[in-house]
Amino acid sequence: MRHIISILIENEAGALSRVAGLFSARGYNIESLTVAPTEDPSLSRMTLVTRGNDHVIEQITKQLNKLIDVVKLIDLAEAVHIERELMLVKIHTTENSRAEVKRLNDIFRGKIIDVTATSYVVEMTGPSDKLDAFIHSLDPESIIEVVRSGPTGISRGEKGLHL
Amino acid sequence: MELSGGEIIVRCLKDEGVEYIFGYPGGAVLHLYDAIFQQDDVQHILVRHEQAATHAADAYARATGKPGVVLVTSGPGATNAVTGIATAYMDSIPMVVISGQVPTAVIGSDAFQEVDMVGITRPCVKHNFLVKRTEDIAETMKKAFYVATTGRPGPVVVDIPKDITDPGYKIPYHYPETIHMRSYNPAVMGHKGQIKKAVGLLLQAKRPIIYAGGGVILGEACEELREITRLLGFPITNTLMGLGSFPATDKQFVGMLGMHGTYEANLAMHESDVILAVGARFDDRVTGKIAEFCPYAKIIHIDVDPASISKTVMVDVPIVGQVKPVLQQMIDLIQDSKMRPSEDALSAWWSQIDNWRSIDCLAYDRNSEIIKPQYVIEQLYQVTQGDAYITSDVGQHQMFAAQFYPFDKPRRWINSGGLGTMGFGLPAAIGVKLAFPDADVACITGEASIQMCIQELATALQYDAPVKIINLNNRYMGMVRQWQEFNYSGRYSHSYMDTIPDFVKLAESYGHVGIRIEKPGEVKEAIEQAFAMKDRTVFLDFMTDREENVYPMIEAGKAHHDMKLRVAPSAKTERELA
Ligand SMILES: Cc1cc2nc3c(=O)[nH]c(=O)nc-3n(C[C@H](O)[C@H](O)[C@H](O)COP(=O)(O)OP(=O)(O)OC[C@H]3O[C@@H](n4cnc5c(N)ncnc54)[C@H](O)[C@@H]3O)c2cc1C
Ligand SMILES: Cc1ncc(C[n+]2csc(CCOP(=O)(O)OP(=O)(O)O)c2C)c(N)n1
Ligand SMILES: [Mg+2]
Repeated sequence: MRHIISILIENEAGALSRVAGLFSARGYNIESLTVAPTEDPSLSRMTLVTRGNDHVIEQITKQLNKLIDVVKLIDLAEAVHIERELMLVKIHTTENSRAEVKRLNDIFRGKIIDVTATSYVVEMTGPSDKLDAFIHSLDPESIIEVVRSGPTGISRGEKGLHL
Repeated sequence: MELSGGEIIVRCLKDEGVEYIFGYPGGAVLHLYDAIFQQDDVQHILVRHEQAATHAADAYARATGKPGVVLVTSGPGATNAVTGIATAYMDSIPMVVISGQVPTAVIGSDAFQEVDMVGITRPCVKHNFLVKRTEDIAETMKKAFYVATTGRPGPVVVDIPKDITDPGYKIPYHYPETIHMRSYNPAVMGHKGQIKKAVGLLLQAKRPIIYAGGGVILGEACEELREITRLLGFPITNTLMGLGSFPATDKQFVGMLGMHGTYEANLAMHESDVILAVGARFDDRVTGKIAEFCPYAKIIHIDVDPASISKTVMVDVPIVGQVKPVLQQMIDLIQDSKMRPSEDALSAWWSQIDNWRSIDCLAYDRNSEIIKPQYVIEQLYQVTQGDAYITSDVGQHQMFAAQFYPFDKPRRWINSGGLGTMGFGLPAAIGVKLAFPDADVACITGEASIQMCIQELATALQYDAPVKIINLNNRYMGMVRQWQEFNYSGRYSHSYMDTIPDFVKLAESYGHVGIRIEKPGEVKEAIEQAFAMKDRTVFLDFMTDREENVYPMIEAGKAHHDMKLRVAPSAKTERELA
């Protein structure tokens, strides 16, 4: 099963490599990983998407917790949560295709943030499957570049992951 | 008081109460060595290879319970230390390793003798630090000792760039008395509800067994283990790392379990209905085939590391906490409870176990004309009255030591279990002897293992650490040969050496005494002679049976009830035992 693990970790050199190293050393897979400092600059928030059966996920969370730099973590998949991913897509446009791309962009509530005579850059956020759907609806030939952040997430309701 | 970075490190060690630092100098640590030269609070032990520094410090920690301390230079000094760091990591031994690093300004430039020590050791340390400012040294050292010694212990590396130890830059020194790390809060007390549940299971058990490991020794809980075992009247088995946590000469002790464990310990595990696992980690050398592991048992597991619990074997009652307080809570609950385990069930269980015991699975040919390795260990036990510190290398000799030298006290059996590092034994013996100068210390080894750190014979002489080397010289890498005999039709591919040194002369050339023993009749006398020479290191080179095997053996992938024995029980006994 797919799990999305949210980690509060000391914002120190090497902290990221400890997490990445743990996954490769123990043969766990990382589907995606996003990381950035939080409002408290001494802490980073990491969101990690991985797959495995319950036993594997239990070991992953235990091993992550064991890293000295890890302050706290939760498995977001255990409760209701919101997931969002950011995507930037550079699309080759022609006079004929521009209107269609713009229409699709509107349907998916994206933003066109860069325009040249022959291209658009579309910015879109949403659950990962929505981003997939947008990509699939484009003419594959027209896609110049796709950049995705990987999902980040937060739990619903009042409770939060903080110190 | 203003101190340089180098002086600060040495002062931190003093303030931590460090007695010895095992090390080897080099360019990146010259400032630090200069600071060491100018004091005599902490004694530096100069080894002959950095691997030996880590093993000696590690064994010092195993024998005393205090963290071992190592100092090595950057680059090759640091990489030489890695085997010893991994050895300590696998067995959860508290150790602080200070490694020199190139100056901060050139880190990352492939500078002379630069290696990424933090990167190289990341998978085999509990934690590591690269210190970038002199101002951060004291706090980092405090953290290093704190992390190494608390929770599940382990080695911590502190990488120190040369420039931050510059004698020209001095700052005020302050060593924090305590330290708090928001990201590190190891468990202490166990969950009360779980403990209650565990006690309930124990009191209702009919075929129970206690399976205790190295965590009991690391957690200083041997008294509590003894108490609960006596209180319950259950059989108890130890892992290789747990030997000594419960007196091996006690009736309730059924021997070691696992690959080379006793028949009775493994069958008692297999047939048990309740297992109390304490400070043990269900290693594959213990469990054998996981799918067939203890099919009838409910398992209680006490461990300070949640990741050890249900890692390989799913358990029924997990208890995360320090063994000592958790066992104490269990003892209190049992004493308060009016219930006791069923005496009838227990006595039936014990008579079953005694039946298994009666096949005498460790028996060997005592009338052999050739020296049997088991016989040497038995004689060593006699001569030292079971009271020596025994270090070991890795191989058959290690298993014979575990089987034939019953340890009644913890911290007397010093060996590399998790990594199985050949070369561990001799530097380990030196580390132990320095910790306990008046105790008898013997290193049980083989002709292959001993050659991996033989150079430490010089260290033993320089620091007046006389140890006795018990070399079970079978002219084979016996453990490898045994597997080749069983699994590769006796094709002994590279498991022997055509050129073995004359160990007697070799010992002599290092300034020690060497004795070769070729007949069983000479064994005891030679050992007595060696231990009588209190202030000499003696190398006893026993010419042992070349093709002796370690039995019982659960071969890789087999289950506890599927043991290979020296003499298979007859069909009749099999029926009686069933
Ligand atoms: C040639 C060879 C043959 C071997 N054959 C065998 C064999 O037949 N049988 C055998 O048993 N082993 C054997 N071993 C050793 C084996 O590889 C393992 O090292 C050993 O079984 C592990 O012992 P342990 O389970 O006691 O764990 P340890 O490695 O001692 O780990 C201790 C456990 O206790 C926990 N712990 C630590 N401190 C505390 C505390 N204060 N409170 C609570 N928990 C704590 C830790 O988290 C850990 O889970 C062999 C090794 C070699 C090299
Ligand atoms: C550093 C290292 N290399 C290789 C091994 C694999 N190995 C395990 S036991 C053994 C043979 C040990 O031979 P010896 O020291 O003579 O002991 P014996 O088994 O003969 O008693 C080897 C090579 C190891 N454990 N450690
Ligand atoms: Mg040998």
